[in-house]
Amino acid sequence: MVGLITMEDLSNEDVIEVLDAAERLLPVARGETYLPLLQGRILGNLFFEPSTRTRMSFETAMKRLGGDVVNLGDVSTSSVVKGETLFDTIQMVDGYSDVIALRHPRQGAARYAQDAARVPILNGGDGAGHHPTQTMLDLFTIRQAHGRLEGLDVVLAGDLRYGRTVHSLSHALVRFGCRVVLASPELLRMPSEIVDDLRASGGEVVETTDLYGSLAEVDVVYMTRIQKERFADEDEYAKVAGAYKLHARDLAEVRSNMIVMHPLPRVDEIHPSVDETRHAKYFEQAFNGVVTRMALLCRLLGVPVPGGEA
Amino acid sequence: MSDESSMRRVTAIRNGTVIDHIPAGGALRVLDLLGLRDGASVPVSLVMNVPSKKMGSKDIIKVEDRELTGDELARLALVAASASVAIIRAFSVAEKREITLGDEVVNVVRCTFSNCITQHPREPLPHRLRVVDRDEVHLRCHYCGRPQDLDELVKNVI
Repeated sequence: MVGLITMEDLSNEDVIEVLDAAERLLPVARGETYLPLLQGRILGNLFFEPSTRTRMSFETAMKRLGGDVVNLGDVSTSSVVKGETLFDTIQMVDGYSDVIALRHPRQGAARYAQDAARVPILNGGDGAGHHPTQTMLDLFTIRQAHGRLEGLDVVLAGDLRYGRTVHSLSHALVRFGCRVVLASPELLRMPSEIVDDLRASGGEVVETTDLYGSLAEVDVVYMTRIQKERFADEDEYAKVAGAYKLHARDLAEVRSNMIVMHPLPRVDEIHPSVDETRHAKYFEQAFNGVVTRMALLCRLLGVPVPGGEA
Repeated sequence: MSDESSMRRVTAIRNGTVIDHIPAGGALRVLDLLGLRDGASVPVSLVMNVPSKKMGSKDIIKVEDRELTGDELARLALVAASASVAIIRAFSVAEKREITLGDEVVNVVRCTFSNCITQHPREPLPHRLRVVDRDEVHLRCHYCGRPQDLDELVKNVI
């Protein structure tokens, strides 16, 4: 069974199909209509790292479609602390569920789990690796605001070194012909192998430390949190914490339809004054996690979403 | 200087393995990969940077009283895919063995990335590296996707 481990697992046509299906599921995600497409199906939620939005939105997505969810629960009380391997955990949950959503602190865990499992795996984040379901909801939000994905100017800002959301998203944006500006402190630059890959696939990629100078020329500003938990050294964290703080007054000269996104949670990189502007899209973005995950669950379980082309 | 005279810089061996046409400067990596650098119990002769008609310059290794196994040839493919291997018995070439770098290197070396899932010592699935570029020997971990540095990789032989 094929899951979703990285964005490489979806062609551009697949991406559009999923986004179209997600759009058709919007009334279901809002609770306006009930459509039990996944009745009798069970999602195994395996979160080895803390997660609020991703875990809850997977759970909401499954339940809105009439399906059910089993949770690993707190890692500190599960068999993982007794030394169980990921392989063994997957073997067990594979027998309990029809699809598995996995978040794990180690990179490559999702691909590993897919090799061990019979049911499809949805990668909900593996270390500093990939987070494709986040990318899908990001793309959904961008398309909703701009009506297209192709040829946009997008700045990705903040922690580009450890931020897995921007790793997955940058690949997807380049595939759709977007120009990508990578704005980060020197210490948190996008890993060179990713920049090389983006350029090798024909992407127009610009690296800068000047976020504010890039704002006027883009359609999307994608902010990220500088993740304290990824730093081994507190002093190194202190050097870059608070490097970028986007305030409403910084948006005076931007394009009228420019949107500000953030995978959340935020710390201080987006000032609350931005929330009141027409540019703020991060709360809608969080909601979009439900519809896109609904569409992905249907796709992986082989259940067509009504209303598409026959 | 001919290839033949390069070979004769060290004496002929009675039994063992001659690894010829190693890219110049690559012999030390080969020794690391084959576990011949530290604690080798057999005599090993090493010739580096000698002229070669085929390659310009090359390295040669002669290992006495040991015939390389299929697993060892698979390791060799990582650092010297162009090398030729001859098994020597009673001073003559008894067998020539081919080195080929396939699409994937399985259970030969471990991914070098410290946070890869395969670093867990009891995870049972095989260590798999994808060959992205055969000529340049670019490898990536099948699981975490990280590109592998060959100098680091030779320290991770399974």
